[in-house]
Amino acid sequence: MSGLLDRLLDGDHRALARAITKIENRTPGHRELVSALYDHTGNAEVIGITGSPGAGKSTLVDKVAEHYRDQGLTVGVIAIDPSSPFTGGAVLGDRIRMASNVGDMDVFFRSMSARGSLGGVSIATADAVKALDAFGKDRIIVETVGAGQNEIDIVKTADTVTVLVQPGSGDDVQMLKAGILEIADVFVVNKADLDGADRTVQELQEMLQLRDDDRGRSSTDHHAGHHAESAEAVALQRTEAENGWTPPIVEAVATRGEGVEEYVEALDDHRAHLEATGELDAKARARYAEEIRTLLREDTADLLTEEITARGGIDELVASVTAGETDPYEIADSVLAPIADCARQQRDS
Amino acid sequence: MSAEQTQRPIRCLVAKVGLDGHDRGAHVIARAFRDAGFEVVYSGLHRSPDEVVQAAVQEDVDVLGISILSGAHNTLVPKILDGLDEYGALDDTLVIVGGIVPDKDEDELRERGVSAIFGPGASMEDTIEFVRENAPERE
Repeated sequence: MSGLLDRLLDGDHRALARAITKIENRTPGHRELVSALYDHTGNAEVIGITGSPGAGKSTLVDKVAEHYRDQGLTVGVIAIDPSSPFTGGAVLGDRIRMASNVGDMDVFFRSMSARGSLGGVSIATADAVKALDAFGKDRIIVETVGAGQNEIDIVKTADTVTVLVQPGSGDDVQMLKAGILEIADVFVVNKADLDGADRTVQELQEMLQLRDDDRGRSSTDHHAGHHAESAEAVALQRTEAENGWTPPIVEAVATRGEGVEEYVEALDDHRAHLEATGELDAKARARYAEEIRTLLREDTADLLTEEITARGGIDELVASVTAGETDPYEIADSVLAPIADCARQQRDS
Repeated sequence: MSAEQTQRPIRCLVAKVGLDGHDRGAHVIARAFRDAGFEVVYSGLHRSPDEVVQAAVQEDVDVLGISILSGAHNTLVPKILDGLDEYGALDDTLVIVGGIVPDKDEDELRERGVSAIFGPGASMEDTIEFVRENAPERE
């Protein structure tokens, strides 16, 4: 066990791969492993990329990884693909696009399946990021398909979230919808050589404008009369007062590597912004809080499963509901009550 | 057994190696493996032996399926096996080959570390069953 950790820290690729497998499978011993990894983390910059299927995420990741390699940085990539809800199987195809980093072991690319539960995969992702961080990767990219629902938890592992949009993704009402567009720190309009790319950029700009106007209103109240300088200065003050960051919109043609440099610059800008405003620490704190909550949810779920088995299993409980003897709420209360009592007693003593 | 399987799906890499553009078979097997509940990483076409090794090591797969119809198996497959060995991954990776391999070449490939060779007419069920039974046990 400690051997695996030592080998990982020593730069053994296979040990890193095996550690991620342990993390993914939640094999016994993975907790100790992840705990031990914590001491060695905190050096990597973590970037999340999400967008609809076929938007060009993997291709962009490939080009960005190449760009970082040219700068002499090492890169880790975790690409998450959906699993079949019926068989649990999955075809993980993101690796196909990693053509620019052939045979370069300093780009560590790992495919992961969502395994039916995004809650589970989000914590596995966070832990796998730690493994890559401890291994010494400078940049870690987390890539996942997104529709603006639970995948958001996955990209939350990242310090900077990129949303990839392609032209023709629908009219401006799509932009009004909640979810995926709200989480972006950087937008990339990929396939910018296609018809309609300008319109997509414009629609994004309008959406961001509306958002800024909203923010502006509340913050000008704050700073009323403070500033009589140029409009730009007011605007700057306004965004700064909001601790604000207006997501830049980068146009790219990932297949040809166009816009990749601008994109990496935008990532660096956002990173600098996070550091300057102290938001990086705030994010880290929020992430730890979320990790603690998720772990507790996972553990209590295991405990409850144990309790259910002790009471004859879920089928028996279901049978008592169908027989009209009780209902799910009553069962939940009765299963939980002794555990809650026990916890309260411990706390008081 | 089944409980363990839901917890830990078998991970496979389906790889196309060398100058061989026939990927229908690889697609069919990738899909069949998926439907069998495996996690399948697909390499894409025209991979070099190094790339296949890199993918197998990084993805930490239990099974490596090499699809090859070009006739270059005697050159390319041993290169992959050597590469795996270099990373200490040969012992606990089940390597299988699918495609066109003449009978006279089979023995040597097996000696080098290929566990099974599935030629034309091999049934999908047999292949899946073979993988289920022979996928290496890991802690």
